[in-house]
Amino acid sequence: MTVLSQTVPRRPRVSPTVLLGLGLATIIVLASLLAPMLAPFDPLRMAAGPRLAAPSLAHLFGTDEFGRDLFSRVLAGGRLSLGIGISAVVSGLLVGGVVGLAAAFGGRLTEAVLLRVIDVLYSFPDTLIALALVAFLGPGIENATLAIAISLVPFYARVTYGLAAAERSKPYIEAARLAGIRSGRLVRVHVMPNIGQSLVVMATLGFSSAILSAAGLSFLGLGVQPPSPEWGAILASGRNYITKAPWILIFPGLAICLTVLSFNLIGDSLRDLADPRRKARS
Amino acid sequence: MNRPHCLAVENLRKSFHSGGRVVRALNGVSLQLHQGETLGVIGESGSGKSTLGRIAVGLDTASAGSVMIDGERLEALTPALRRQRLRTCQMIFQDPYSSLNPRLTIGRQIGEGLLSAGMSDWRAIRQVVEDLLERVGLKREMHDRYPHEFSGGQRQRIAIARALAPGPRIVVADEPVSALDVSIQAQILDLMAELQAEKQLSYLFISHDMAVIARLCDRIAVMHRGRLVETGPARSVIEAPAHPYTRMLLDAVPRFGRRRSGARPVSVTLPQHGDDDVLVTIADGHQVLRSNGS
Repeated sequence: MTVLSQTVPRRPRVSPTVLLGLGLATIIVLASLLAPMLAPFDPLRMAAGPRLAAPSLAHLFGTDEFGRDLFSRVLAGGRLSLGIGISAVVSGLLVGGVVGLAAAFGGRLTEAVLLRVIDVLYSFPDTLIALALVAFLGPGIENATLAIAISLVPFYARVTYGLAAAERSKPYIEAARLAGIRSGRLVRVHVMPNIGQSLVVMATLGFSSAILSAAGLSFLGLGVQPPSPEWGAILASGRNYITKAPWILIFPGLAICLTVLSFNLIGDSLRDLADPRRKARS
Repeated sequence: MNRPHCLAVENLRKSFHSGGRVVRALNGVSLQLHQGETLGVIGESGSGKSTLGRIAVGLDTASAGSVMIDGERLEALTPALRRQRLRTCQMIFQDPYSSLNPRLTIGRQIGEGLLSAGMSDWRAIRQVVEDLLERVGLKREMHDRYPHEFSGGQRQRIAIARALAPGPRIVVADEPVSALDVSIQAQILDLMAELQAEKQLSYLFISHDMAVIARLCDRIAVMHRGRLVETGPARSVIEAPAHPYTRMLLDAVPRFGRRRSGARPVSVTLPQHGDDDVLVTIADGHQVLRSNGS
C-alpha cells in the first residue's frame, strides 16, 4: 500500500501585501518595545525644545505646545497603544471563545439563550459599547482596556460559535460522540485544534479595531489621561494647533493609521490562507 | 429467520422543518436486525435510509416511534443508560475524508473509543489499537500518522478500526464504500464480512447500490419516500421483486437488469402510499407494501 502525498502542504506564495504588512508591523512593534532606548528625550519632559517647533534634525517629528519631543512621545505611545490592544484582544478572545464554545456545545437551551444575547450585543458598534462602559466605569487606562476587551467579546463569541458550529456537524465529531467522548474532551481534543488557526486570524483583525477604539477613547479624554503619550491623547491635545503645528496631528495619526493597516494586511492574508475553500481537503 | 433481534425500530417517524415546510424523512418504519446478520437498506437519496441509520445509533432522535436494543426501549432509559446501550452501536460513515479528524493521529482517534469504554492507560490502549490496525489490514507503525497520509481505502479501514474499538455488536454502515474506487470497494466489503464472522457483528448496511447490497447482505429492506416498501431475504427480493420500485432499482443494475433483451425500459408509475397501507407477506419472510384499495 502506498502512502499518498497529494496533500503535503504546498509552500504558500508570499504576496507583497503580506510582506508590507509584516514589515510595517515588525518596525512598529520593535520601535515600541525599544522606545526607551530609541527616544532621544523623555516623552514627558517639557521644554525639551522650543514650543510648537516644526520637524527638524533635533526633533524629528517636531515639538508640541509644551515643547515636548513628539518623536519620543509617539514611540512611547506605541507601547501604550499596543499594550492596550494586546491585553484587550487576549482577554476578549478568551472570554468570547469560552462563550462561543459553550453556545456551540452546551445544549440547545444554552445555545439559544447565549446566541440571542450575543446577537443583541453584536448589533452595537464596539466603540459604542466601549464608550458606554467607560462612561460607567470612569476614565483611565485600565478601565479603557477592560471596556475594549468587553466590547470585543460579542465579536469573538460570534466568530468562535460559527467556527465551532461548523465543526460540530462534521462526521469526525459525530464519530467521536458515538465513541462516547463527552463534550469537554470533544472541544479540547477535536474542536480547538481545528479552529485555533482561524481564531488567531480573527485575533489579528480584532487587534487593529482594539487599537482604534483605544485611540478613540483617549481622544475623547476617556482612556489614557494626559500627560501620558497615547496616540489618541496626543491627537486630542494637538487639535487646537491644527493650523499652526499640523505635525502634532500628522505623526500620531500616521502611527495609528499604519498600525491598523499593517495588522489588517496580515489578518487578511492569514484569513485567505486559512480559508477552507482555498485549501484542498485534508 | 427466528434468530433474536438485537436492534429493532418500531413505527419510526421523523420530520424536518426546512424553510417553513415540513419534510417527512420517515413515515412509520418498522425493522428488525437479527443477531449476526447483515440487513441491507436500499433506496434513492432522500428515501430516509440515512436518517434511519442515524436514529439507530443515536445521532438523531425520532419524532415518534421507538428504537430497541436487545428488546429494551431506549426512550424509556435515563440518558446515562441510553448512552451506555448506544455504545454497542457504532457507525461507519460514507466520506472517509471528513470522518477522520485531520489534526489527530489515527492511533489517538481509534484509541479514544477505548478510553471512553473505560481503559485509561495509553500504553495498553496503544497495544489494542495496533492490534486493531493490523486486523484491518494496516501496519502497526502507522499508529502515529495523520489521516492525510492515507488513501481513501486506507482511511475507510481506519474508520472501521475506530468503529470496532469500543467493542460494538451492531455496526451501522452508511454508504461505506460509495466514495471508493470499485476495486477498493470489494476489499473493504470482504474485510467487513471477515470482521462480522470473527466478532459476531450485526450490520445495518445502508446503500443506494444494489450490486454492493447483493454482495454482502442476508436480507434487504427497500425504502422509498420514507416508507419501507419491500423487505425479505436477499435472494428472494432480487429474484422475485414484488414492488414496482424494487423492480425499478434492479432494472438500473446491468447485472440483474431485465434489459439484456434490448427492450427499452417501460416507464412505471410508482404507487403513492398512504399511512394505512400495510406490508403483505408474499413468501417466507418476504413482505411488500400494498396500497389499500388496489
